[in-house]
Amino acid sequence: MGQVKSLADLRKIKEELQGKMSLREKSNNPESLVQVKVAMATCGIASGAKQVMDFFIEEFDKRNIQAIVTQTGCMGYCFAEPTVEITLPGKEPVVFGYVDTKKADDIIEKYVKNGELVEGIIPVNYETIEKK
Amino acid sequence: MAKYKMHVLVCGGTGCHASESDTLLENLKTIVADKGLDNEVQVIATGCFGFCEKGPIVKIMPDNTFYTQVSPADAREIVEEHLIKGRKVNRLLYVDPENKEHISDSKHMGFYKKQLRIALRNCGFIDPENIDEYISRDGYEALAKCLTEMTPQQVIEEMKKSGLRGRGGGGFSTGLKWEITSKSVSDVKYVVCNADEGDPGAFMDRSILEGDPHSVIEAMAICGYCIGASYGLVYIRAEYPLAIDRLKTAINQAREYGLLGQDILGTGFAFDIELRYGAGAFVCGEETALIHSMEGLRGEPTVKPPFPSVSGYYEKPTNVNNVETFANVPVIINKGADWFAGIGTEKSKGTKVFALAGKINNVGLIEVPMGTTLREVIYEIGGGIKDGKKFKAVQTGGPSGGCLTEKHLDTPIDYDNLLASGSMMGSGGMIVMDEDDCMVSMAKFYLDFTVEESCGKCSPCRIGNKRLYEILDKITQGKGTRDDIDSLRNLSYVIKDTALCGLGQTSPNPVLSTIDNFWDEYIEHVTDKKCRSGQCKALLQYFIDPENCVGCTACARNCPVNAISGERKGIHVIDQATCIKCGACLEKCKFNAVFIK
Repeated sequence: MGQVKSLADLRKIKEELQGKMSLREKSNNPESLVQVKVAMATCGIASGAKQVMDFFIEEFDKRNIQAIVTQTGCMGYCFAEPTVEITLPGKEPVVFGYVDTKKADDIIEKYVKNGELVEGIIPVNYETIEKK
Repeated sequence: MAKYKMHVLVCGGTGCHASESDTLLENLKTIVADKGLDNEVQVIATGCFGFCEKGPIVKIMPDNTFYTQVSPADAREIVEEHLIKGRKVNRLLYVDPENKEHISDSKHMGFYKKQLRIALRNCGFIDPENIDEYISRDGYEALAKCLTEMTPQQVIEEMKKSGLRGRGGGGFSTGLKWEITSKSVSDVKYVVCNADEGDPGAFMDRSILEGDPHSVIEAMAICGYCIGASYGLVYIRAEYPLAIDRLKTAINQAREYGLLGQDILGTGFAFDIELRYGAGAFVCGEETALIHSMEGLRGEPTVKPPFPSVSGYYEKPTNVNNVETFANVPVIINKGADWFAGIGTEKSKGTKVFALAGKINNVGLIEVPMGTTLREVIYEIGGGIKDGKKFKAVQTGGPSGGCLTEKHLDTPIDYDNLLASGSMMGSGGMIVMDEDDCMVSMAKFYLDFTVEESCGKCSPCRIGNKRLYEILDKITQGKGTRDDIDSLRNLSYVIKDTALCGLGQTSPNPVLSTIDNFWDEYIEHVTDKKCRSGQCKALLQYFIDPENCVGCTACARNCPVNAISGERKGIHVIDQATCIKCGACLEKCKFNAVFIK
């Protein structure tokens, strides 16, 4: 990178660089953002979870939605892979099954943006240790 | 450009470095590359996270997982379990000392809850060797704003309004200092950063320079703009190799970007920084001594006035500020003086970085708003006293400060309250002591340090401190009298009133404050010849309880000076004249027969 010649230059560089750091900035306040967990165990990856995860990361960026996308282990719904758990700020997590990139697009547009549920929700059918 | 999905931050501060965090970093990088993840996972070294007690620290973003005490051998498990499979490595998570639960997220750790990180804003968050990461966090924006939108006078006004006071200990208004230097008329002026951190147990400045060197560089340039200087010097002790390394890298990067050098940001302003190494003399933290040392002379202080702001480095006006003071400057310019003045107490604004050390659970680096109480710092952030022992005192301000006791626990910490309590802010060292610490020995320890570090120029400091030390030593040997305590007090006042520089003027503080707060202990030492904490070995006597002694001979066999006599299966006796009070018999006795009186 060349010399910084003016304030405008500096701001331009900063903007370019912020994308690289946004991941860290955002993780300081996960509760206030959309949190997406993609199940990335063998079954998930085999069914294309990696592409779905990449899709989420890129699309949130493009559509200017503040979100954190993380990977997680197998959720147990191997029949419905790829599975994705989405937590909107202040809401209970919702798990979606059979998520391909098309479905992911649907989820972003309908659920993340407007809170509308889309098909393929897997109801919570277990209790966690924390709740016991 | 690779689009990273995960960032792995490995602490590269000196503490973690000493626990092999560099090998850990290499291992993580190699394994990540082996698994073909190097396009998805970024592994970097950062500055100090502050939680040195549990280092090396590894933080994984975006899920904000906080791993503690990670060894190089753990790298594989972290990559294979966490990065690939998304399963947290439970055994490396921080365990809450109270409820024994694993805490994965640093936000929920007591250590971080009460902290507000301004000077440490980038420590443990950015790669200190990468100027881009600093710029993305508003780096050099403040410098640009000052150069293009503000006059030097406006910047000085802003600094004055913010209420920022010198963080090196003195607590002088930073804005005012800048104003005085700016008004001195001279062809050449200098900005000096005082990075000669010398208090025992203090590592605030080192951590800032290691974790966020650019913030200091930026602030020095801003200061240069305000006072009309185009040279900056950082006086740093040579025993901070990592800080020197990172600072050098940062200066070179800033030069490459044109943020140091001629015609910065096209405004015609020129500024450059060089390093000067100190040999680690405590007195060189005093600004006149520091300047003499930089000039190649002996590190000895001279009488003020003239103040350095009038006549300093090579007799030119010189503005000396401490590392932490500088680190606050860019934030004040970016966020505004009002924002900064809204934090803290009436006369002490902003935050203060403290190095917690001693008998405390969470040894480390913390930053809290001024006005936080000692109780919050010690019990909530510090996690309380080690091994559940009882809190006795905390020494603030290093060898120049005093001790604060239980009755001060709820005093809000700021410059004026600490002074009123007989201590001082100092640069921010906080050494916590528990019931096992003897306050006379503590005062002796600090005097030992000052005697060693006194430059010898003025008699009160050179001779007076030595006498103070000797009297304290006499008391800890059990040879002290009531008169000795009075002599201590009188001599202390004389030294305080007559010593040349800050070192001598403050060196009796530990003596005076321990006499004030722990009078009983001094009396016990001189009249009862007793040390309640058992630290003064000369005052202890070991005895064998004939009721409990079974004559196993374990004590006699382990006594290094053969001071214990007694027949097998008979009662043993310790010869007090021969006993060296090593405690070996106490340790070896299985029948609780050995006791101390």
